[in-house]
Amino acid sequence: MSVKQIIDECERLFNDLDFSYVKEWKKRTGKKAVGFMPVYVPREVIHAAGMLPVGIMGGGADLEIIKGDAYFQSYICHIPRSTIELGVSGKLNVLDGMLFPAICDVIRNLSGMWQMLFKDKYVKYLDLPQNFDKTIGGEFYKFEMRTLAEDLAHLGGEPVTADHLNRSIQLYNDNRRAIADLYKLRAEQPHLVMTSEAYLLLRAGIVMDVEEHTQLVRRYLHDVTKEKRHKMDNIRVVVSGAFCEQPPLALIKGLEQSGCYIVEDDWVLGARYIEGDVQLAADPYESLAQAYLFHAVANASKYEDQHEKGAFLVDQVRRLKAEGVIFCAPSFCDPALLERPMLADALTREKIPYTSFNYSENTGQFSVFKEQTGTFADSIKLWGHS
Amino acid sequence: MSEVNDKSVEKEESMLLQKQMIADHFKALSKAKENNKKVVYTFVPGNLNELIWALDMLPVHPEINALQSAMRKKSGGYILEAEKAGHSEDVCTYVKCDIGMMRRGNVGPTGDPLPEPDLLLLSYTGCFTFMKWFELLKEEYNCPVVMLHVPYQAEGKVTPQMRDYVVKQLKEVVIPKMEEISGNKLDLDRLGTFLESSGRAENDLVAVWESAKNKPSPIDAYFGGVYYIGPIFSAFRGLPEAEIYYQTLRREVEERVRLGLGPVTPDGVMKQEKYRLVVEGPPNWTSFREFWKMFYDEGAVVVGSTYTKVGGYYSEGFRHSGKYPLESLAEYCLGCYTNHNLSDRVGILEKYIKDYDADGFVINSIKSCNSFSAGQLMMLRELENRTGRAGGFIESDLVDPRYFSAANIKNRLESYFQMVEAKRGGRRAPESTL
Repeated sequence: MSVKQIIDECERLFNDLDFSYVKEWKKRTGKKAVGFMPVYVPREVIHAAGMLPVGIMGGGADLEIIKGDAYFQSYICHIPRSTIELGVSGKLNVLDGMLFPAICDVIRNLSGMWQMLFKDKYVKYLDLPQNFDKTIGGEFYKFEMRTLAEDLAHLGGEPVTADHLNRSIQLYNDNRRAIADLYKLRAEQPHLVMTSEAYLLLRAGIVMDVEEHTQLVRRYLHDVTKEKRHKMDNIRVVVSGAFCEQPPLALIKGLEQSGCYIVEDDWVLGARYIEGDVQLAADPYESLAQAYLFHAVANASKYEDQHEKGAFLVDQVRRLKAEGVIFCAPSFCDPALLERPMLADALTREKIPYTSFNYSENTGQFSVFKEQTGTFADSIKLWGHS
Repeated sequence: MSEVNDKSVEKEESMLLQKQMIADHFKALSKAKENNKKVVYTFVPGNLNELIWALDMLPVHPEINALQSAMRKKSGGYILEAEKAGHSEDVCTYVKCDIGMMRRGNVGPTGDPLPEPDLLLLSYTGCFTFMKWFELLKEEYNCPVVMLHVPYQAEGKVTPQMRDYVVKQLKEVVIPKMEEISGNKLDLDRLGTFLESSGRAENDLVAVWESAKNKPSPIDAYFGGVYYIGPIFSAFRGLPEAEIYYQTLRREVEERVRLGLGPVTPDGVMKQEKYRLVVEGPPNWTSFREFWKMFYDEGAVVVGSTYTKVGGYYSEGFRHSGKYPLESLAEYCLGCYTNHNLSDRVGILEKYIKDYDADGFVINSIKSCNSFSAGQLMMLRELENRTGRAGGFIESDLVDPRYFSAANIKNRLESYFQMVEAKRGGRRAPESTL
């Protein structure tokens, strides 16, 4: 498979709102599939139950919203309405259950809507702890994960033994390493790893079997280094705020075309939520809990009790030698938009330039964003600041 | 049109009591620093008032400051102040109002400046925005924060693990931090005394809510109700003053029942009760009286509301208790209205509609409150299906005057009342006012 073939396959999966990969996987294995909303769920538990975890990141740019708008007021973000659209139009019938992790009030309430709309499906709101003491929040989270495992067993999955769970953790560790390598290569040679390609690889990973996806990323990393791609006179930026509702692919491409090499971002964040490996242990739930409590990336849906707000972002900028930050968040996204002033203050204190805009997953006009980020890039190139 | 007496409103004893309590509290706050009292900022839902008093600290509730700013027509300016400082138009206006107020000197409703917090007690109950709000205030005040994470009732019940998680946080995180800041050691017996007092006041409050089952209802459980919850949702739950207030209020309401009187409105006593409604969602505060008038001018009285349960849900029997103080506080936090899942919320509304014999229900959907608003359109349909009663849907905001369109809301309400009439007459009516 060439790089183009790999990316074409990823884009096919990205565009496939009928989830044919999931249907084929279920047919082939005779097993079940469970969907999950952004940002983070411990996919290892679903995998250990012999099920396919399937990330549902809304309906994207092209899904026509026929019924979904009738469920939400105009001032609610777009991802719940497109997710409802997918649900009521039957496109998510392939899923045997759906997880709604704690991220914001909209996704939380969407879990209740799902309970009422799809009474024959398994629905769980996964309450991620905001207390980061392992004997308090950690114990609570372990109970949440064990409950999930028991529920999945009742749903027809395999009992989640410590061996099964350790095996799944190992496979997801491999996957996290492959993705970390992908991001490392992009940060080192952003002309080589286009962000639109890295993004599509990540999106493929939330639908595919984890082992298959790890191989795909490794294959891409191997092949892309052989590609001849020209360095552009682009600035290096970090993109922040797109961890839930995703920007349209065309917008991501537009950012690159406007003169920005994206060397760090937070889209499809669940795939990179845990930094480093999760330990294999006699009590793998303990390992998963510790990974969540102590090795999760800073993000707006998680309470920051240890570090100064924005320190994580500033560190990313410094470590990756980025020249600025693009705040790129969905309209009406409470977590991202309430977080933004604190992050912006941290950048200002460090004299790091930034620019901000909001999008919707079905935004159709990109010229304004391109002009804005293009001007931002030009100003940095000319004067070293925006 | 008007269904109220034209005589001027006489202040009832409970109103005067509450006014004095609030004035005294803000006076105490203004002197907190000179009296060496430590100040705790905390939220109404899931507030730990008894614990604050037991440690001799003073509570401040930012949502209440925001809504009072709106009623005094100051919130618009405060919100613009926050937006100029980089806060998005899309987010909660309580937060922006609070930040704008702080930047303009943090002057409270009585004209005295509010003291800065010694501690931000982040009771994370039923609203994600609370977390971001206090993260923002932490930046502004550079003071300590203590988080109490209250799990969501996603399955419609409180499990032992949820309760234990909250109790453990109280024991090992919240109380030690409050003791450290206050310099006082918690006396559990003293805490129990405050909690027992809360329970007694809650009994009286529930009796007041249930008086709305009478016809005519002696109270408006939404527009009048927001005044009734004033003491118990703010600084006074657990104090003797609150007990006296609710005893007085209950007595007044029982007298109104005996006399067959309707609720007191800003224009006098409502004479004829034409529509009995249940309301879901917070009110608009910037045009509160204008909003209320749209109801009482039509003879509509609210007999049940969910907003008045956001700082404590007592309809199913929960009362604070000194017997198990920390478990009691945990149960309280877990039970606040917006900590219930959507299906439960529909169930609560359905029960109110039936128990209080309401003609229908109105949802006031608030632009900047996703905790309440996300899912309300589905709740509307579900409730109409379950009850067969007419549902109305209007939109406004908490404290942003830019999102209160009086003409639009009035039009919708007029259509809604026509729909209620049509349903009463057995004629076919539109499904909703959407």
